Amino acid sequence: MQNLARQVLKQDIRAIARSISLIENETDITQKEVLIDTLHPHCGNAIVWGITGPPGAGKSCLLDRFIEHLRQDNKTVAVIAVDPSSPFSGGALLGDRLRMQKHATDDSVFIRSMASRGHLGGVAGATADAIKIFDAAGFNYVIIETIGVGQTEIEVMELSDIVLLVLVPGLGDEIQALKAGVMEIGDIFIINKKDLDGADRLKSEVEYVLSLKDSTESDSKHPICMTSATQNDGIGNALSQINSYFAGLRDDGRLAQKRKERIEKELKHIATTKIMASANRFLNIDQRLNGWVEEVFQKKVSPYKLLNKKIGDFLQEINWQ
Amino acid sequence: MMKKIRILIAKPGLDGHDRGAKYVARALKDAGYEVIYTGIRQTPDAIVKTAIQEDVDFIGLSLLSGAHNELFPKVVELLKSKNADDIIVFGGGVIPESDIPGLKENGIRAVFTPGTPIKDIIAYIESAK
Amino acid sequence: MSKDERFQKHRKDWEDTTVKKMTDRFPERKSEFATISWIPADRIDIPESGDFDNYSDKLGFPGEYPYTRGVQPTMYRGRFWTMRQYAGFGTAEESNERYKFLLEQGQTGLSIAFDLPTQIGYDSDDPIAEGEVGKVGVAIDTIEDMEILFDGIPLDKVSTSMTINAPAAVLLAMYVAVAEKQGVSRDKLTGTIQNDILKEYMARGTYIFPPKPSLRLITNIFEYCSAEVPKWNTISISGYHIREAGSTAVQEIAFTLANGIEYVKAALKVGMDIDSFADRLSFFFNAHNDLLEEVAKFRAARRIWAKVMKEKFNAQKPTSMMLRFHTQTGGSTLTAQQPDNNIVRVAIQTLAAVLGGTQSLHTNSRDEALGLPTEDSVRIALRTQQIVAHESGVTNSIDPLAGSYTIEKLTDTIEAQAWHYLNKIEDIGGMVRAIENGYVQKEIQDAAYRYQQEVESGERVVVGVNKFTIKENPPSDILKVDPKLRDLQINKLSEIKKLRNNENVTQKLNELRLAAQDPDINLMPTIIAAVKEYATLGEICNILREVFGEYQESIVL
Repeated sequence: MQNLARQVLKQDIRAIARSISLIENETDITQKEVLIDTLHPHCGNAIVWGITGPPGAGKSCLLDRFIEHLRQDNKTVAVIAVDPSSPFSGGALLGDRLRMQKHATDDSVFIRSMASRGHLGGVAGATADAIKIFDAAGFNYVIIETIGVGQTEIEVMELSDIVLLVLVPGLGDEIQALKAGVMEIGDIFIINKKDLDGADRLKSEVEYVLSLKDSTESDSKHPICMTSATQNDGIGNALSQINSYFAGLRDDGRLAQKRKERIEKELKHIATTKIMASANRFLNIDQRLNGWVEEVFQKKVSPYKLLNKKIGDFLQEINWQ
Repeated sequence: MMKKIRILIAKPGLDGHDRGAKYVARALKDAGYEVIYTGIRQTPDAIVKTAIQEDVDFIGLSLLSGAHNELFPKVVELLKSKNADDIIVFGGGVIPESDIPGLKENGIRAVFTPGTPIKDIIAYIESAK
Repeated sequence: MSKDERFQKHRKDWEDTTVKKMTDRFPERKSEFATISWIPADRIDIPESGDFDNYSDKLGFPGEYPYTRGVQPTMYRGRFWTMRQYAGFGTAEESNERYKFLLEQGQTGLSIAFDLPTQIGYDSDDPIAEGEVGKVGVAIDTIEDMEILFDGIPLDKVSTSMTINAPAAVLLAMYVAVAEKQGVSRDKLTGTIQNDILKEYMARGTYIFPPKPSLRLITNIFEYCSAEVPKWNTISISGYHIREAGSTAVQEIAFTLANGIEYVKAALKVGMDIDSFADRLSFFFNAHNDLLEEVAKFRAARRIWAKVMKEKFNAQKPTSMMLRFHTQTGGSTLTAQQPDNNIVRVAIQTLAAVLGGTQSLHTNSRDEALGLPTEDSVRIALRTQQIVAHESGVTNSIDPLAGSYTIEKLTDTIEAQAWHYLNKIEDIGGMVRAIENGYVQKEIQDAAYRYQQEVESGERVVVGVNKFTIKENPPSDILKVDPKLRDLQINKLSEIKKLRNNENVTQKLNELRLAAQDPDINLMPTIIAAVKEYATLGEICNILREVFGEYQESIVL
């Protein structure tokens, strides 16, 4: 395991790829934990972006342009493209990297497609660890890309230092839907396909929605950028706005605050997962669950009564006061 | 959580006929695998680098333009040079039967010619994984 | 009871008694029947009241609006369709031989297949061309190859169709220059260039530049030919490939005609008058397995296009409203298993194209799924056309299936469904937009997936593949292209580069760069000048790549 970590720190591509598979597959939890712990001291240097938005917004095309520009500045970039797994087959068709394929032969760009694998919160866990691996391996930028519509995607976006929300004109109703969650966490708003009708109207709408947001959190305004990824227009400007915004976060301590909040969430998540796992083992839930279901179904016992008893026993066992 | 089989479907060379590749990609997803599709016009170099980044177990190459004898072995060669030849390479497309032995000698483990039912490809993957 | 009511009662009685007596004993094979494009097929089709009254509006007569029954007044009674076999492989010398063979065997027009590097604007010595040189068509790097290709073939007597899209301007320039060398003036040249970039983005993949500059090149060609090469078909707006990618028959014509609309708009935008170029637009469709659906499809396409040109674009000349098309039998329907069966498939598809009123036809050879056609195979394919033309009798009357209740109903259904797509695409903002956001690609892919699933499950029978299979020996007689060909071309190229006047070449290329940067300049004259100095296809396209950029694949899964 030390060897794998060492290879990752040396930026060995295969080792990085294998490490990500290790965390995704969860076949060897101990190995994974040792790896992440070993890499931990080396994390914290990468700038982490999340990029999301409704389908058809042109995120991948935009991301492709960003990579081009970042590479011109000699920056190294890792991309994690998250796509949903099929709830029916468990498989996934991962096609996001297609629009970024021209970077496939550039050794300073690493693109990894990740499937959500169906468990809520699960992909967030794996993505968080993947970010650490890329961070420790020394990539300047780690960019996570998702389709921003659901709870899972929001959890993934919360792993970033800044969230870029990409919108396009002509998807009017989407703003309503997006208000629900993703607009809340967007830091930078990018209106792509700016040559289309309605681009300016969309900009005004976004400005309006932002003005409604609780502005106690910060004085810094959320930049709104206009781009056309296909025409390679507005990219440089967007990048400098993003970089200034990031610098602002870093300089006034908000970045550190965000990262601490993330660590807090992560610790809680790990703790809960581990305790749940222990409790499940103790209560032998997998074996006994069917029996409990029958009892509740037959109305022999009610749900809370059943579990309060079982958990009470568990806590007594471990001497919890 | 079980280990997921990851498969790269790629189109090397200049051939733009992607109906078959797309169908196979989608059908393999329906069979429960994680499939990464590269799109058309991929150089062997790009295919191999992608395969390594994505840590795939298999690479499926699709080609209908007759350039398979030159390009398929190139992919295998590059994998070897990067110590990644544990990745299993299979191919499909317009490939004469008489070319198949040569391809196999060059490290392509299976070739699926027109009319092959998808279940044969899935059976192969299950047996080789 | 009125005549109508009596008729409906007669029909119902038939279903309730005669049919029921039969189906009680022998149920029908399936609970539902449909065409290959999933259009429901009824047990029987019957006349509609008002059929005769609607005749003039809906059907009309051949050679008159709305051209449902054909674009020429005498059709095959005047002249058979052009028998034009797509061919080309290896070197220009080898392809030239195949063209002469086909002309000797009675083919009436040439159809040139270029290899992939040529189609995508790369020279044979480009590293990206590795393995591809001469494989799917002939390798053309300079005008010298073009000269050899047409050696001994008089360009004033033979009509030539060239399947070339992104670099069509360059190949047309070479053709015009070769004709000049033969002493043939431009106004005598007849033929077609495919020149249809939108379907490349959608279904075929041999694009180079992004949409805007590609459309500029296309309108440049429209203008140039309108003035200089007036008998030339400047574009072959294609549905063949869309169908091959897995679309339904309805999608095939809907997306093709939508592309046509986009091209017309582009030409109008640069100030051309509709009647100055519209009669040189041509189309290219697929002849697939479902005979009746195909015939209906062609008729619906003619009717829709006529309406579009008249009502949407206000064309005045009748020739501007005529949909003239070339057809190719569907390659993807042919099997590697029991290849001789393909001869039968192609015969049925030939009938579909002919009964559908095509102007020109390519029939596939039986070895389609195995490799390029051998001489024997391509001869049989040509004979298929000749037998239908001379022996089958279907060319004695024009549009003989008209009036069939099934055919007219199918024609109407396909037309209505196609209009639905045309309106949808208009709402999206046109074809370029629809391609950008993946709408058309998704429609095609979903149809392809559904079709393939039916084959996999056995619901859709493919004879010899999922039913009526035999144990077979691998076929022995397959055409192979000599892999050493690439080296031959590379040597030839380096010789030419030594012998030509490189200063002139550089000068012409610089002129091209400047001209390309100005969107108002027609690039044809500059390209012709460069081509005459033996500038290579790759050199010319690289200049254009510099100025225009390259197209990024836009995919939807």
